[in-house]
Parts: sequence; C-alpha cells; structure tokens
Amino acid sequence: MESIKDKVAIIGMGCTKFGELWDKSEDDLLVEAAYEAYEDAGVEPKDIQAAWLGNARTAMRGAALAIPLKLEYIPITRVENQCCSGTDAFRNACYAVAAGVYDIVLVAGFEKLKDAGPERLRARYLYPDLFPQVPLGLPAQEFALKATRYFHDYGLSYEDGKRMLSRIAVKNHHNGTMSPKAHFRKEITIDQAMNAPMIAYPLGLLDACGVSDGAAVAILAKADLAKRFRDDYVLVKGLGICAGAKQAQLREDEDLIHFEENVRAARIAYEEAGVDDPFTQIDLAELHDCFTITEAITYEDLGFCPRGKAKEYVEGGVFDLDGDLAANPDGGLKCFGHPLGASGVRMIYEIYKQMQYKAGPRQRKNPSLGLTHNLGGTTGAYTVSVAIFGQRD
Amino acid sequence: MLGIISYGVYVPLWRLQRNAISPGLRGEKAIAGFDEDSITMAVAAAVDCLENSERESIDGLIFATTTSPYLEKQAAAIVANALDLRRDILAADALACLRGGTIGMRIASDIVNAGSAQRVLLTAADVRLGAPESTFERDSGDGAAAVLFGDSANVIATILHHYSISNELMDVWRLAGETFINTEEDRFIEEEGYLKVVGEAVSRLMTQHSLTPQDFAKAVFCAPNPRCHRSIGAKLGFEPHQIQKALFEEVGNTGNAYPLMLLIAALEEAKRGDKILLSSYGDGGDVFVLEATEYIQRRGLGLQAYIDSKRVIDDYRRYTKWRGILPVDKGRSVLIPKPSLKEMMRRQDETLRMYGSKCTVCGAVEYPPQRVCAKCHAKDQFDTLRLSDKRGEIYSYTVDYAAGGLETPIVTITNIEGGGRAFCILTDASPDEASIGLPVEFSLRRSYQAIIPEYIWKARPIRMRE
Repeated sequence: MESIKDKVAIIGMGCTKFGELWDKSEDDLLVEAAYEAYEDAGVEPKDIQAAWLGNARTAMRGAALAIPLKLEYIPITRVENQCCSGTDAFRNACYAVAAGVYDIVLVAGFEKLKDAGPERLRARYLYPDLFPQVPLGLPAQEFALKATRYFHDYGLSYEDGKRMLSRIAVKNHHNGTMSPKAHFRKEITIDQAMNAPMIAYPLGLLDACGVSDGAAVAILAKADLAKRFRDDYVLVKGLGICAGAKQAQLREDEDLIHFEENVRAARIAYEEAGVDDPFTQIDLAELHDCFTITEAITYEDLGFCPRGKAKEYVEGGVFDLDGDLAANPDGGLKCFGHPLGASGVRMIYEIYKQMQYKAGPRQRKNPSLGLTHNLGGTTGAYTVSVAIFGQRD
Repeated sequence: MLGIISYGVYVPLWRLQRNAISPGLRGEKAIAGFDEDSITMAVAAAVDCLENSERESIDGLIFATTTSPYLEKQAAAIVANALDLRRDILAADALACLRGGTIGMRIASDIVNAGSAQRVLLTAADVRLGAPESTFERDSGDGAAAVLFGDSANVIATILHHYSISNELMDVWRLAGETFINTEEDRFIEEEGYLKVVGEAVSRLMTQHSLTPQDFAKAVFCAPNPRCHRSIGAKLGFEPHQIQKALFEEVGNTGNAYPLMLLIAALEEAKRGDKILLSSYGDGGDVFVLEATEYIQRRGLGLQAYIDSKRVIDDYRRYTKWRGILPVDKGRSVLIPKPSLKEMMRRQDETLRMYGSKCTVCGAVEYPPQRVCAKCHAKDQFDTLRLSDKRGEIYSYTVDYAAGGLETPIVTITNIEGGGRAFCILTDASPDEASIGLPVEFSLRRSYQAIIPEYIWKARPIRMRE
C-alpha cells in the first residue's frame, strides 16, 4: 500500500459565511465558495477536470454542483458519508489526482439544513439501526450516553465533568469571536455553559453545536504541478477513514468512553503522514465538536492526551489557541454550526489558511502539521475521518 | 383434569388520586402509563401467568377488551406475538362486550373440554374512559388479568357449573368514533341492568344445581359501582365475609379484566375444596362455580403486591394528556416519520418478540439479531434467543429533554443478563431514578403512533423483587 503523503496539493480554497442563511439558496452557497476558491487558486472554471460534491441531506446528485457553477460535461461525483461527507469527497478527489487521472479537480462540501425543519436531521430511514427502539436517533442522546459513562468511569462528579465540558465550550466560543465566517461570534462564560438549559442530561444547550447552512470548496492539483499556481500550497499528508459495524451497540463488553472508529481512522492517517507522537507533531486540529464530550473523548482517542486526562489537559489550557496543540482554532462546530457535508471542507479551509499564515488573529506561530477530524453516525457505527495536512518543504 | 392451570394479574404502576378528579373524592384509581394500553397490559398479565411455563405449549389465545386500538384487525395477534407463542394457535379477540373476560373463560374452558386444544390462555385488559370528572371516570380503573386453562394433572381449580344470560339493554355504550362511555340514568341501569340480570343468573344457577349461598367460600360480584356491589350480595343472601372485596378504593373497575382479577384474588385465598361463585355483567351475565383442588396455592407476586407497588400522581392534567383527552403541544414530536409497514413485518421478531441472536460459534448474544457475528464474524450461525424475559442493568443513560412527546424519555444502553446489549427507553421511572448499574426488566410498551401504534420492549426498574 502506498501513502497519499505529498502526492496532492491544495492550491485554492473558498468558504462562505456559515449561519442561518435565510436569504441564500443552495446555488448561492456553492457559487460563493467556488468563486473564492477559483480566485484564490488563480484558475478558471474551465480548468476543472473533475469534481466531487460532499453533502449528506441537501442534494442527491453531482449535477447539483454542475448547475450553479455551469461546469460543462465533466465527471462529478456526489459523496454521502454522514458527517464525513465533505472529507470523504475530498479524499476521493485526492485519490483520483494521485492516480494521475486528473491534474486539477474541485471538491465542494455543502449543506442547507435550515430550509427544512429538524426532520432533515432525524428521518427514521437515516438510522435504521436505531429503529424502533429509541426516539428517532437524536444526536444529543447518543453523545449524552457517552458523557454519562465517561463521568462515571473516571469518577467525575456531575459538577466536575460539566466543568470540563464547559471549558471546551468557552474555548471554542472564544476562538470563534476571531472567525469572521463563523455563525456564533460571542464569548461565553463557564457559568453560562454550566447553567445552560439541559438538552440531554448531562449535556446542555452550550455543549451542543448549532445547526446552520454553509459551503466550502477546495481546488486540488497534483503536487508536482502545484507550484505553477502558488508558492504556499498545502500538501495532503495522510487520509484515514473508517466505519464502525455497530460493535458498541451489540457487544456488552464495549465501553462507551472512547470511539474505536476515532482510534482506527487516526491510526491510518498517522501512518501515512509519519506521525508517531501526535501531541508534539501536530500543531493544530479541527475536531468534530458536535458536542463538547465528543471533543473531550477525541483528544484521548487521537493520542493528544492520555486516557482519562482530558479534564486535566483542557483545564490546563493545553488545547487553547495559544496552547501546545490548538483544538478548533476557528471555533469549531460550536461556532460554525454543523452543516453536515460542509463541515469537513470548512475544517480543511482553516488548516489551509493557518498553513499560509492567513488566519489573522487566530494565527498559530508554527503551524507544522494540521489535522481535521469528523465523526458521524450512531453508537458503534460511526464513520470517522482524520486528515493531515502540512506546508510544502 | 380440566381446569385452571395458572393465573396472572397486572395493575399498572401509576395511580391517580381521585381527589385530583374532583375535590372530596376518596381513594385512587389505577391508570395505565402514558405508553401503556390494553394490549401491553394484557401481555404483562400473561407474562405473570406464564412465568416458567413453556410458551410453546399454548394452543390458543383469547384477548378480551373493550379498548382494542383497532376496530378492524385482531389485537390477539399482537399479544400472541409479544408473548412469543407458536404460530399454529387459535387466536381470538372478544371485543366490545364488558363481560368479554368471562365469555372468553367459557370459550377457553369449552375448547379445552372439547379436546380441540390442550392449553388456552385467556387475557383481558381495559383502559376505559369516562368523560372528565364523570362518576364513570371516578369508578373505572385500568388493569389486566390472564388465566391459563388446560388439561393437567395439577390444575388449581376446576369449573363445576356455568350459566349465562344474554340481555339487551342500553345502559353503557360507546359508538365507533366516540372516546367516552355513555351511560343511562344510574338507578335505571342498576335496577334494570346489573341487579336484575346478575340476580337472575346467580339465582337460576343455584336453583339448577341445588346450591345455596352457604355452599360458597367466596362470591365474586363485578358491580359498576360500590353501591351496587353492596346491594347485590345482600339481595342474593350472601354474608359480607363471603363477598370478594371489590377494588374500587385502590384500583377501580377494570372492565374486562375485573371479573378475572377478583377471581384471582379469591383463588389466592382459597383452600382445597372451596367453592367460588364468579359472576360478571355486560349485555347479560355469566356465572361460574369453581372449586379449588388440592393443588391450589398462591402463585406469582399476587394481586395485592401489584396493588401495593404504586406511584401516585395528583396531576390531573398529566393524566388527561396521557389519555389523549387534553391536547398536548407536540413540539418536535409531530415530526415522527411514518414507519414502513413492510419493514415492521420483517422486524417483528426483533421488536414484538424481542429476539436476539446467540452465535453458535462464539456464544455472543446480539440484539437485534445479526447475520454476521460482531464478535467472531461467523455467518448465519445463530440460535434465536428471547430476551424479553431477561433482566438487565443500565450501562449508561441520558434524559432527553429535547425529544418532545408526552413524557421526557430516559434513553439507556442496557446490558442484558447472559450477554447482549439493548438501546432502549427506561419507563415507569422518573429521570432522577436513572443510574448506571440500575437493575431492570423488560416491559412491552407503545412507542410511536405515526400510522398505527408501534410496540417495543422498554426497560423498567425491577418492579417487585421475588
């Protein structure tokens, strides 16, 4: 098996503002993100040889990208893989480029959740593995079950556990104030987070990310062609993705305080990227903070801190913007909301800008390697993607 | 010998204080939980009745109720499936008539007597609604009972005689489409209805068989209200101590289940050779004479244990929401999507029978059943395992305040004794009772109703320890 490392470069990216974009259509989102990316890459629409469209709920076909952009008769593949849809579209595009089939391709991740009500997120057919035992597979339930057990297994009182989660929420909201494209750009306090209305015990409103609309686009080129477009292109270092087979729902000996899918996807990506000490080698990470507990457990699964030590690390500021390893420097899903298919590519956008020292007040000093992480699905059957990026030599 | 092999009862956990209906009323009435109906309660009583009996030995199932969710479609088929009974059984509903429980008893015992079935299970349950604040609402209660008839060396009671009257009278009725029961004037329906018909049936049976009240250890009367209950015994010459205590104070009149519940209460106290008079009323009357055999003994948890195990609410609004009388803000729950009825058919062993799969290669138990084992990857090498009668322990839980619906759901991952794990709701519990390690048992409940009621097994805290 060969690694994807250094074979594919990102030469341009675009990203819309995320939020409740009542006045923007699906087409508006794709046009805005794509034309920012064209301009950034210095390419014309006609230069795009193939495209991938990641989304989970909004559009069922590749033509949904051709129509707004007027891409003419090129291959377009629509990719759906839950919360990993955007990153998986990106991954498939990388393989096509690495195989030498195309020189320049476009990847779009987008989602328009706010036109439909919550039923777009919770239709029964989407989670047949939960039917009919539990009401509709609400995401908050799934992650709250992990939080309850995490608190229990590590001997955290409700107050202690909640304080750790609140600290994550406060951090991400702080970072989000510096992200012009974020949905929520407001500081919150520990007290606000701890006392927010309960959604699914022990998770409160401020433990949850928002629901929003948004789109992000990346233009990829073969690495050896990238310098024709720009000097500060960003290289793909590793791509890991995997799906659980429902083990944690079926087997009574599975714990609920880690996501095996996280561990496995990271293992693949780390091996490709040559990462053996993630805490020191990775400088910044965009993590899937759909709920604060997900981010906490993901630190441990990805090897950013030892098992059971998330609280200590979080409260020590290790994952702050100026900490050893910045987690969600742009504010994460907490501040951007989670338009499913858009999130993965939006995360890559932040890593890309950081690598180019264009992240403004959020800029990390030495963004050596950056990581993105998505997780979506149901207990034991999550799909997780981990992607690693680095600057050119 | 032909007769009663076993019995079981079910009184829902929930009681409504009667003074919540109207100030000054005394006692409590048993009320079905928000996720219970006559089908789920019948299943609960049947589980209590069957306990360790082999479910495969049941040849017939009769379900008596006036409150089937369906006007067309058999409810007994659902009950039979949830009980994991055989496919080649005679299943029948006894619907609409208030004395369906005893009509079912007559049919069940006659089928067994005729030799066309070895064992017939009779279940009866009701959730009858009186108009808010009516005397009917005051006096009725919810509950279920089950009696197993069959040919066995150790039946606990035999039926010696029976007598039935069919009588046409508009005293209590509910037209299709109506929610609440209609009744005629009290004194008319008592005098022309209950007292007259039951009086006639009991007298004729005793005359026919040269019996007198003194021959009976206990007499069961199922009067619509306490006043009638006091009158009937005296009218027929029974002493107060002979009359089986009514359940008005603590449960209410449980409709189709009521005669069977009172019979069970009488059997629980009976000694060998005791004769019990059982009477019922509704569009006529049925009377039976039963005799306890040498094998009579208390069994199961008993009616009193169910009565004592309770949670009393005094919130009339909560009760009326549970029964769909008071409209509720459905919030996000209006978004419950329609199920595929085809998928429901395919998955009914998993949902109604709560089958899991047990891998014959590695022994792993998995719920719902899988084609490929999650532990050892063996393909299609599973035994079927019924999990509904196993106990479990909560592994993790959450209380979902955003889910909407009648009651805030407590969602759990529950580890099942003997292996396996279920993603399931905890019912009959308040959020502060949920905890990791809580021992639970499974109970059939209603889940959604997008097109039709859907039934699932939920976890509940173990209600009574044996």
